[in-house]
Parts: sequence; C-alpha cells; structure tokens
Amino acid sequence: MTGDLAFALRGVGCVVGNGFALRDVSFELPTGYVMGLIGANGAGKTTTIRCLLGMQGIESGEIELLGHRVPGPVALRQDVGVVLDHTYLVGDWRLSEVERTLRPFYDRWDAVRYRQLLEEFGLDLRAKVKDLSRGMGMKLMIAVALSHRARLLVFDEPTSGLDPVARDELVGIIGDFLLDEGHSVLFSTHITADLDRIGDYVTLIHGGRIVRTGSKDEILDAYRVVRGGPDELRDLVGVELIGVKESSSGAQALVRTEEADFLGGGVLVEVPTLEEIAVHIGLSSRKPAAGVPDGRREEFA
Amino acid sequence: MRVVLSNSAGVPLYQQIKDQVGTAILAGELAEGSALPSVRALARDLRISIITTTRAYAELAAEGFIATVPGKGAYVLPLDSALVREQLLRRVEDGLQTALDAALRAGLDREGLIQILDGLIQAEHEYASAQEGMSR
Repeated sequence: MTGDLAFALRGVGCVVGNGFALRDVSFELPTGYVMGLIGANGAGKTTTIRCLLGMQGIESGEIELLGHRVPGPVALRQDVGVVLDHTYLVGDWRLSEVERTLRPFYDRWDAVRYRQLLEEFGLDLRAKVKDLSRGMGMKLMIAVALSHRARLLVFDEPTSGLDPVARDELVGIIGDFLLDEGHSVLFSTHITADLDRIGDYVTLIHGGRIVRTGSKDEILDAYRVVRGGPDELRDLVGVELIGVKESSSGAQALVRTEEADFLGGGVLVEVPTLEEIAVHIGLSSRKPAAGVPDGRREEFA
Repeated sequence: MRVVLSNSAGVPLYQQIKDQVGTAILAGELAEGSALPSVRALARDLRISIITTTRAYAELAAEGFIATVPGKGAYVLPLDSALVREQLLRRVEDGLQTALDAALRAGLDREGLIQILDGLIQAEHEYASAQEGMSR
C-alpha cells in the first residue's frame, strides 16, 4: 500500500439492486490533488463513491483509501469528510445541536474551528438544519468535515442546484483546503465547467466502466473534436467517430487524437473542452442501445 | 506579484503565468530574493489547478528565474546577466521573425525591410533626445 495515494480502485466490480453494475473500475488519486469524476446521470458516479467509502460491498477488485484497504478500520472515518447532495443531518437540529451530536464520534473534533467556519460561511449556530438553503446545507456539511480534520473530502454532485455565486465559493473553499499538501478532494459532477479550471485529474465514467482517467491535460490531449459537412464524416477508414451528432448543415464527433491525422483536410479539427468530451462519450452508447430493453443497456456500453 | 489570466487568449494558463512572472522579474518589478506565493496558494488565488501552477513554477525554475522550496514557496533568484541577455536575444529573434514573415507576404525585399528598421531606430533616437530635452 502506497502512502502517496489518497485512494485507489483496482479492478472493482459490483452489482447493485436494479441490475446496474460497475465493471473493472480502476483509477487512483495522488495525495494533495483534486479529481473530478465525470459522467452522465446513471453512469455510475454515486455507486463508485459508495464503493470507495465502503458503503457498498464489492464483488471483485480491491480498494485502498488513505493507505488502508477498504473496508478499513473504523478510525478511517475520521479522515474522510463526505458531502452528499442531500444532508444526512436531522432537520430539527439547530447547528449547535449538530455539533453536540457529532462531536463524540470524532477524536479530533475541533469546536473552535467549527464556530470559526460557521461564522466564515455565514451560518448561524441557532439556525435549524431544515431552514438552510441548498448552498448553506452544503457549507454546513463542509464545516463538519473540516472540523473533524478530514484529510480527504468526497463530494457527490456538489454543484448541482447551487447558484453561480455558491459554486464560486465552493471553489474557494476547496482551494483553501488544498493549501495543506496532505489534503485531497474527489468530486463527482456532470457540470464540467467547475472542473475546467481547478481539476488536476479527471476520470470519465460511462455505463459503469471507466472510459479514461488521467491528468486533465492528458485527457484533453487524448481527444479531438471534428466538425464537417453532412457527408464529410461518413465512410472514414481508420477513424472511430465517438458520439456523432448530425444535423442538416453538418456533423460533429469526437475522435482519438492519434486517429485525427486520418481525417480528410476538409473537416475542422479542434481541441475539445471537457464538456464536449463528456457529451460525445455520453452520446456514444445511446445509439447502439436503441431498441434494447432498459435494464440491459450497460451491456452495450 | 501580479498575474492576470485570460480565458480566451488561446495561450495555456501555465504559459500565461510563466510569461507574466518572467517578464516581471526581467523588468525588475520582482526583485532578487522576493518571495512568491506557494504553488498551492497561487492555485487557490487564481482558482486553477495545482498541476498548472506547479508546471509554471517548474519551468520558471528550470530557466533560472526562481528557486522553489518544497512545502514553503518560491523566491526570485538573482538575475543572471547572461541569462537575461539570452532571453532578450530570443525576443529580438522572435520579433524579427514575425517582421520577416509579414515582409514576405507584403513582397518586401531586404532593402525595404532594412529601410523600415533604420526608420524605427531613427525615430527611437529622436524620441530619446526629445525626452532628454524635456527633462533638462
């Protein structure tokens, strides 16, 4: 087990209740960096996070989290802060009661820090959990995670439902957290704009499989987006078009960079954005899946 | 330290940081020994990835502009005059190459090109002496 990895999944497979499965999921994050887990709704982001946190059993492979094998010792919980897209705290609790309730579970709970963070985030100790807005609720969960001195923050869809100002604040909070090089962040998202700037590493997941993982620059270098007239992207030899979008005036698709040289001179080849990569990969499996019963779609991904 | 990033410049972010810090050091705005923010603090302040700021600092260090101290930050190294001259020569070359490319497209020959350059040098001299006259 290597100490310089925040976590690693190696060949992880699991089946969840509704027939959805993760297959051979492998990726890792070095300590001290931010990774974005990108995928469409239903791609397997939340299942992957649940496996990583030991909330979901796995059937094959292995998972390493902060130097421990998952399921790890109970104390491992102290080092991981989890921010879900819904709060797990009881609505009637006041923020002072949140502290009183959670504090006994954590050896390193820092009461001074909790108060400082609430103040910094503009949260009132007397407010009730159920009265907090979406953004405030998320800040409360972050405050809890930072107060028990988590070394890894895991966010599941943190930015969905947040307004631009709150999203920007979150980016600032993550930046502050990462000033300590022993700290790492994983977040899942389908909004890639959040990642375009602050993400160090990116993992693309689709249909329960990892499509690509690596540093953000490697991922951006791996693909090119091509645009051409309606017939220009047909019958190409040696080029696999990923997620073709066609209209009456033209067609657009993603290709692997090494195959881009085989395209004719007439088409426009450009460096993609993360969003374009996510969209085309998301589209790529919908086509062959047409006419296939719902529950079996991932078989064809 | 002043760094202003453009999202639409078409220049990679690490390159923008490197260029701006390098220029500030060459211009003497960042003096020898000045402390620069750590890689992580700069990433936070500019809201960009740590890998990007690490790369900018690594290249500045490789070119002898700064020294980085792991876990602390970075500081400006004394300007190596040979290095400065090297950098400036490279810029002259780049500028002349750009001029040459444009001249070829405009169908300008060697004579015409040199005439323009002489004209510019002449104007520079006149400007300098005018400045001198004013300060007197």
